[in-house]
Amino acid sequence: MIPLTDRVDYLANLSNNLCYCLAIEKLLGIEVPPRAVWTRVMLTELTRINSHLVWLGTHALDMGAMSMFFYATREREELLKIFEMFSGQRLMTSYFRIGGLALDHPRGGLEAVKKFLEMFPPKIDEYENLLDNNPIWKNRTIGVGVVPVDKMLAMGITGPMIRAAGIPWDARKDEPYSGYQNFEFDVPTSTDNDVYARYRVRMEEMRQSVRIMGQALEGMPDGAFQADAPKVVLPQREKMKTQMEALIYHFKIVTEGVRVPPGEVYQVIESPRGELGYYVVSDGTSKPFRVHMRTPSFGNIQGLGMMCEGGMIADSIASMGSMDFVLGDTDR
Amino acid sequence: MNFFIISLIKTGIVAGAFMTTLAYLQWIERKVLAHIQSRLGPYRVGPHGLLQPLADVVKLLTKEGFVPSHVNHFFYILAPFLAVFFALISICLIPFGPSVEIFGVRTDLGLADINVGVLFVLAISSVGVYGIALGGWASNNKYSLMGGLRSSAQMISYELPMAIALVSPLLLLNDLSLRTIVNEQAGYYLGVIPRWSIFQMPFPQVFSFLIFLISAFAETNRVPFDLPEAENELVAGFHTEYSSLNFAAFFMAEYANMITVTCMATVLFLGGWHPLWPAEYGSDFVPVLLMLGGSAVLLFHGVMQPLKGRPWDRLTMPAAGLAFGAIALVFLVPVLKPILMPVFWFVAKAGVLLFIFIWIRGTLPRFRYDQLMNFTWKFLFPAAIVNLLITAFAVALQGPKN
Repeated sequence: MIPLTDRVDYLANLSNNLCYCLAIEKLLGIEVPPRAVWTRVMLTELTRINSHLVWLGTHALDMGAMSMFFYATREREELLKIFEMFSGQRLMTSYFRIGGLALDHPRGGLEAVKKFLEMFPPKIDEYENLLDNNPIWKNRTIGVGVVPVDKMLAMGITGPMIRAAGIPWDARKDEPYSGYQNFEFDVPTSTDNDVYARYRVRMEEMRQSVRIMGQALEGMPDGAFQADAPKVVLPQREKMKTQMEALIYHFKIVTEGVRVPPGEVYQVIESPRGELGYYVVSDGTSKPFRVHMRTPSFGNIQGLGMMCEGGMIADSIASMGSMDFVLGDTDR
Repeated sequence: MNFFIISLIKTGIVAGAFMTTLAYLQWIERKVLAHIQSRLGPYRVGPHGLLQPLADVVKLLTKEGFVPSHVNHFFYILAPFLAVFFALISICLIPFGPSVEIFGVRTDLGLADINVGVLFVLAISSVGVYGIALGGWASNNKYSLMGGLRSSAQMISYELPMAIALVSPLLLLNDLSLRTIVNEQAGYYLGVIPRWSIFQMPFPQVFSFLIFLISAFAETNRVPFDLPEAENELVAGFHTEYSSLNFAAFFMAEYANMITVTCMATVLFLGGWHPLWPAEYGSDFVPVLLMLGGSAVLLFHGVMQPLKGRPWDRLTMPAAGLAFGAIALVFLVPVLKPILMPVFWFVAKAGVLLFIFIWIRGTLPRFRYDQLMNFTWKFLFPAAIVNLLITAFAVALQGPKN
């Protein structure tokens, strides 16, 4: 199942992994060791930066600022290298597992993250310098794509879009999951509710993500990276080859899968695009009875009609960019 | 008879040089843009992609010239011809240098010199909009039509501030012939400050130069005014339905317009072929030093440095370095100097302006249509008129020349 969740939102695959894993872990009632939790937080924040960088590049490209795209992809390249170090994949990472992580940290992985954290904040200033000091950019974005807040709530718009409308709703703060209550960060908001406000909120979110990652890096605990739940977690290769029980568990998990007790669960996390929810129903077998995804892009794109009404063609391009939707995430 | 032969030779040289510049301007743009965006740009065809323009031309020539069935045939074919014709013709009025003596024949560097040169160039550039508008209309496609409409509205609006910005230096220089205009800008204040229009007393034309430059961006449909071909909004704008050579014609027209406009700016505001500072202070050695510098860099990287690119860079880079060195020496030959120096200064000034065109393209986002119109009608146009009034007063107070 986990590699499938990667494909839902190809720019925020780890967020989808995390949400699914958290839902199943809730059903199973297993405790994830702190090292795994902190690594998950660190990497999902990295995913947020990844997604926001792609958004920034393409949004600016849509408005005709071509160079911005290349600057954003330049930094994204460093970030994808980190993903590759951890999971062996640049895009479809599938790094989280039910009960922890797929692998422990690679050699030099944390140093690479640290280097990125030192390199990245000045680059955000650089982007802002290029765009915020530019009257054309401001003309194109300020006052464009406004939708009344109550309409936004009615249509289920979440994430940076609703925060730019003045509602500080962030699942990381309001419904903490995966240890987010241990981290110090602000939820950037704005009340202008236009394309420019959304841009400002996302830029600020990247800074906050850097802050969270710094804390995660500093306090990274030692210890196990997978829960002690032999019926759920695949055993280590070494154990499997020396211990009879481990071999049996391995065989059972690979052939039958993880048996999840019957029940249903709804897990919400804050993906880069907004509120991501996984509704999972289990009938006690190893295959889920039903998995429904409440994806943020689907909600966010509903505002497009209202934003475009009575506007110019060029404004619809700006509004569309400010929604930051991924079509895979919209259509599932 | 003599006149015809000289004219034919000159036309041949200018046409050849102009066409090569057109092709390579695109290469330069792609390279500069790539380096602004931390990329390499064309790199595969020939050393550092130097043969890329050739490959592009061959590609476009050999492509099928597809004509969609729903277009208005006559105007569809006519439009690119008009665009490229009016874009190319203005170059024949641009003076590249003073009158010089070659093989005992005295001739002007430049093709034609008519006494209403400025008006002629303005008129031709206005007619140039027909190519784009007709292309957009004849394509019978809503994106093309919108691109064509946007383009014609934009070009007509920006022509006004452009024309008014042109009038101010004309008041100072008191002539419409482009050659006389450049001659009027000869000489130096205090021996060093050139008497170009942007520095000329009684009222330096800095503002009208800026207004002209901004309008020029709009006239040539370049970023940030590239609304007619805004790819995110209108697919490709007015040339959506064009392919092969018809498409190449529109492309050529855009680049030819860029060159014409920069040449006009050079002639009207930057003193044409007159050097930045007098020859007594060594302005003649600028091209020599530039070329020698380039040669030194190429030789250093080609011979001394470890190889980063492809194996044959070991050969091509020193060869290019030696070629640059040879060009530097050519500039030192006393017989060629009076011909080459003016042309060098003219090309250098136009080149700097072209670089600014490309630089802006790498930096700025695109205007929205209404903002574009507001900008010209509410800001550029009044500013140009105020500038014209001040210039007129200054010239009137100064009294008649000589």
